[in-house]
Order: sequence, then structure tokens, then C-alpha cells
Amino acid sequence: MTPLDAKRPLQLNHQGQLRHFLSLDGLPRELLTEILDTADSFLEVGARAVKKVPLLRGKTVCNVFFENSTRTRTTFELAAQRLSADVITLNVSTSSTSKGETLFDTLRNLEAMAADMFVVRHGDSGAAHFIAEHVCPEVAIINGGDGRHAHPTQGMLDMLTIRRHKGSFENLSVAIVGDILHSRVARSNMIALKALGCPDIRVVAPKTLLPIGVEQYGVKVYTDLAEGLKDVDVVIMLRLQRERMQGGLLPSEGEFYRLFGLTTARLAGAKPDAIVMHPGPINRGVEIESAVADGAHSVILNQVTYGIAIRMAVMSMAMSGQTAQRQFEQENAQ
Amino acid sequence: MKLSILGARVIDPSSGLDQITDLHLEGGKILAIGSAPAGFSPTETIDAKGLIAAPGLVDLNVALREPGYSRKGSIASETRAAAAGGVTSLCCPPRTKPVLDTSAVAELIMDRAREAGHTKVFPIGAFSKGLEGEQLAELIALRDAGCVAFGDGLDSFRNTRTLCRALEYAATFDLTVIFNSQDRDLAEGGLAHDGPTAAFLGLPGIPETAETVALARNLLLVEQSGVRAHFSQLSSARGVALIAQAQARGLPVTADVALYQLILTDEALIDFSSLYHVQPPLRTRADRDGLREAVKSGVVQAISSHHQPHERDAKLAPFGATEPGISSVELLLPLAMTLVEDGLLDLPTLLARLSAGPAAALRLPAGQLKAGSPADLVIFDPAASTVAGEKWLSRGENSPFLGHCLPGAVRYTLVDGRISFSS
Repeated sequence: MTPLDAKRPLQLNHQGQLRHFLSLDGLPRELLTEILDTADSFLEVGARAVKKVPLLRGKTVCNVFFENSTRTRTTFELAAQRLSADVITLNVSTSSTSKGETLFDTLRNLEAMAADMFVVRHGDSGAAHFIAEHVCPEVAIINGGDGRHAHPTQGMLDMLTIRRHKGSFENLSVAIVGDILHSRVARSNMIALKALGCPDIRVVAPKTLLPIGVEQYGVKVYTDLAEGLKDVDVVIMLRLQRERMQGGLLPSEGEFYRLFGLTTARLAGAKPDAIVMHPGPINRGVEIESAVADGAHSVILNQVTYGIAIRMAVMSMAMSGQTAQRQFEQENAQ
Repeated sequence: MKLSILGARVIDPSSGLDQITDLHLEGGKILAIGSAPAGFSPTETIDAKGLIAAPGLVDLNVALREPGYSRKGSIASETRAAAAGGVTSLCCPPRTKPVLDTSAVAELIMDRAREAGHTKVFPIGAFSKGLEGEQLAELIALRDAGCVAFGDGLDSFRNTRTLCRALEYAATFDLTVIFNSQDRDLAEGGLAHDGPTAAFLGLPGIPETAETVALARNLLLVEQSGVRAHFSQLSSARGVALIAQAQARGLPVTADVALYQLILTDEALIDFSSLYHVQPPLRTRADRDGLREAVKSGVVQAISSHHQPHERDAKLAPFGATEPGISSVELLLPLAMTLVEDGLLDLPTLLARLSAGPAAALRLPAGQLKAGSPADLVIFDPAASTVAGEKWLSRGENSPFLGHCLPGAVRYTLVDGRISFSS
């Protein structure tokens, strides 16, 4: 069994529909395409004067963030509101867990308040799986990022961005540049691109920022940015955390920028109509030049807009799949 | 009590005995193998046709959790579980609270073990005070209190010169030192073997070099100091290769592996199940195969359970927030029998690795069947099977094998001629 073959039935219901959204691993192309199609339809909602649809009316969505986030949390809130759900957001790192309450108890308490869906971000890889499997299997769990493991809504909003700008995945070259090792975004993107049929996925980083066996994702490894960017259609830049300068991973931000920073000159090696993406928040002058981040190739702000639509799609699909699963189990129990 | 065990296939790996015969026990010792001595009339007999009688298993690492961690287990509960696994002698590691670095703690453990009476218990003392890796514990006082060896768990001496002197001191008195070789810097923050599975799951890795770098250093220091050394819980193929090289150049070092390391690989982590969170980590299939070969060839002469019982809450969290370890002693015999079933080992070799091998490694008075030796025996049915967890005695239910049907079933465990477990 290789990791990529592992199926994760945990997040699917008896009919193969989403009931949780934990990781993109094991999800078939049809399901990913359905998410993108659904998100496309919600983009129109965002453009209307009244930006609401009633799909989650009467449902309660809890955003539970054990790690700081502004953009992801806000877009999840907006997505839930546009689906007409009641939304509450907890930043748990600053409240109960510091008093010794465990993740388990925090979520059980929220479940007792009749929450229908949890959006969870947590610093431990596998936290969303743990919650869906052991804590609240009856609540739809949406992974808002777990450790280095997965950030599946970011992965899908990146796919939506690519599809809306490039039409399809079949003939694309995509380069993912920077700190692959510590990035849940990179992992989700690699899995999604592979599943959607992208034939040329590249990762560009020094060896210290590449996970062991990254080839298992079906990607080609480049340690030279010019080579890695040559004739690509899409460039996905990753955020470089300050603390990577400690412990010998990199000598300095300056040296990283010199080797792997995306500048106008470097971008010239990509296709003329290449798009530049970044999950944010951006470190200007560390991984990307301002002229590129704000330039004509950049679709970084479009990603934010698409992020709301993707989150609406995933939330509505998981809620309906979880509800169907509940009904199915009740009927079987009778 | 006089007891005769009739018609068993008696296997004693240390003498090469393997035949269907009778065993006669008296006064806690083996009186005779074969025909009963003249005038011997047993007060009790066990009809053991179709069963195997072998030396009671010797487990070099069973965490008893007492004193200090009663929510995880007690001396009574864990030795009882061990007896169910066929164990008659076990060593308990020094990570108790307080740490086993004074003779008072050693005496307390041995008293309670005697009181419980399920298995013999041989404590492993802390090599350094408080297991802090800075100052030597009072090794001779601990030895005189009953400690059979000295170990520091995974937190070995930070300062190599201090370690070197400590080993020379231990060598002076012919004490045995147990190494768990893992380089602290290379392993820091790690949760799983540093390979494709951990990378895929986003779990920080512990590279193979965490073991091999520490092992190479420790072997060289053992050679220089001349200390008696046992290397515990090896996890990598290259690690056992280093042990084999050292043995080949005449260094008398011994080694053990955790039984679960011979069965599981890091691929088991794919669903983030915390039951597979162990330290040192599960490694690759190639590593597991390397460990298996080393057990077969005898480079590794002991298979141990490395039993780590936990309360439920210790495993009820995201993978990285859980405590490492498997509750494993209770299944020692049937789980080990899978190695015979797989064709890796013949039965006498397996029993050697579970009794005579570990007993010799730490010079324990156990692990063989001969007239005059303690009547510590396991009697098991090789044709029956054990459904793991059908009965469960350990306080820790943290076993990934629960529900599995395993080959072989322990029928009797005898300690000093007394039945400590039967089913």
C-alpha cells in the first residue's frame, strides 16, 4: 500500500458524497470537478446585490480556530453567511485550551450546543481526521488546515483559480515554489493537480525545504528557479516563515530571495500569459517582488474571491452528504 | 507442591531439547525431565498432550507504571497481563515517578511484584540521577537492591565525556548498561519515521540517522570502556547492521527489538491512528525486514514487548499530542507466533529469542529447562488461537491488535512451579 493509494472513506457517506471535508487524498476526479462546478455557480451569488442562498438556513456553523488566521476564517464566515447559516467563530488558542480544556472537550461542548458543522484549523497534522473519527462523527467537519498535512479548501480554491484562468488542467505546466516541506497548501495542491490530470507538476525548492519522497505526489523536483519556471502556465508561490532561518534550513531571507524569490525578470522565463498565485499572507521581498504580486500576471486577489465560493460549495455539499448519511443510518437502525 | 506435566512437546532452546516427554516439578524447581524419579508421586498433574512446554518467556522491557502512573497501570495489573502472555520474568524500565534511581524505589517495586506473584520482576535502574543524563545514580546500591542493569531511556547523556566516564565506572563493577540509541538533536520534534509516509501526512520526521549516529557513538564508547552493553529497541536495518559489525569484530554486545517492530511498518500511520504512535518510530518495510533477518541470524537475541500501557485519554488526541507506546505484553506469545506462521523462524528459535536469549543478555536466572532450575514455564497450544482482547487484563487498552485472531494460545504459565495463569 503506498500512501497515495490509501482511500479515506471517513469523509464520504454511503453514496460516495462528501460528509466531511478533511483532505483531498482519495477523492475522485469527478468529486473534485463537482466541487469546482458548484463553486462556479456560487460565484454568481457573490456578484448579486443580495448575496445569499438558503442552502444552510437553520444550520449552525462553528468556526473553531486553534491557530491564528484572518483570511481563511473570514472567508469561511462569509461563505457560511451567504449560505444563510448561523455562524459563530471561536479562537480557541486564546480561551479554553489554555486553561487545560482538551480539543476533545472543547468540541464536545460545541456539539452539545447543537452545531451542525465545524470548520477546524489546528496545528497538529491529522487533527481534523481525529475529530471526524473520534470526537464528533455526526457533525460535518471541514478541515481549515491541519499542521503540515492538508488545507483542502485552499487546494480547491487554487484549482478553481487555475480552471477559471486556464480553462482546464490537461495541458498545463504548474510550478509550486518555496517551502514545500512545511506547507499544507503545497500538499493539497499537488494531490489536487494530480487528480485533475495536470501532466506537468513541478516543485522548486532547496533540499532543506522539500519533504522526503516528494516524488510520490507525481511531481518533478527542481532546485533551480529558472529551470523550474521555464514555460510554465501557473506559478504558485508559498509563504516562507521567518523561523525557517533557524536550525540550518536557510542562511537568510536575502539568500532565499536571491535564489527562489519571484521577480519580474524571473517570471519572464514562464509563458507570456502565466498566472501567479500565492495563498497569502505575502512576504514582499522574501518570496515575491511587489511588482509581481501587484502586477498583471497576479491573480492573488481573485484567489480570495474564489475562496468564498469554494467554501460555500464544500460546506453545502458536506452538509447535504452528512444529512443523507444520518437519515440512512436512522433508517437502517429502525 | 509436586506437579507432573505429562505428554507435552518440551522445547528448551538452550539445551536443544525438543521432544515429547514429561516434566516433574517439586519445591518450585524442575526435578526431572523424562521419567519421574523413584518414589515421586505428584499431588497434581497437567495433561499436556498436544501442548508445548517451554521456558517461561523473559521480557526485557515491560513498563509497570508503578510508582507514579497508576492511571496507566499497576504492578499487579501489568504483571498479571504479562503472565497471560506467557511471561514468567520481566524487566521494568526506570521511568517511574519517582524515577527508579534509589534502592527504596527498587525495593518497593520488587515487594509489590512479590505480593502480586504473577511474574518475577527484575528492575532496571536509572543510569543517571533522575534520568537527567548528568550525574551517575548510585549504581552499586541499586545493584544490591536488585537492579539487573542500568538504562536511561531515550534521554542519554548529553555530554559525551560524562557518558564515557559513566561507562568506565559501570565497567569497573561489571554492570550491564542498556542503550536506547537515539540522537536527541536529530529526533527532536519528530513523530514518525522520516520517510514518504510521514511526509505525506505532514508529520515531522525522525530520520534513521537519529538511531545510527547515536548507535555508532555508543558502540565506540562501549568498545573503549569495556562495559557490558545491551542495545535495546533497535528500529532500523542499518542500526542492526552496525550491531552485527561490532559483534563480528568481537565486541560482546547484545540487542533486542520490540515485537511490534517485526510486524508493523510506518505505512500503518496512514489514517493517523494514535495506536501506532511509538518511540522509536515504526520504520519502513525494508527496516522491518532487516530487523527480522537480524532476529533470525541471532544478531538480535531478544524479542521484547516494550509494553507501554496508557489510559484512554493518553491516546485520545491528534496524533502529535498523544503519548507513544503500545500495550503489548499480554499478547507476547501469540503475536510472536505469527513469526513462525510467516515462516521467518522455527519454533525453537522463536522460543530462544523469547527466553534464553533475553535471559543471557542481562544474566537473569531464567530462560532454561533443566533439572534444578526454577520451574518457570509456559505451556501453550500451538494449534489453538487467541482472539486478542477477548479477555484483557492490562489496564492499557492501547493495542492495535485488539480483535485480531492470533496463532497459539497460552494454557498455563508457571512461576516457581506455581500456576500464575491458566485458561
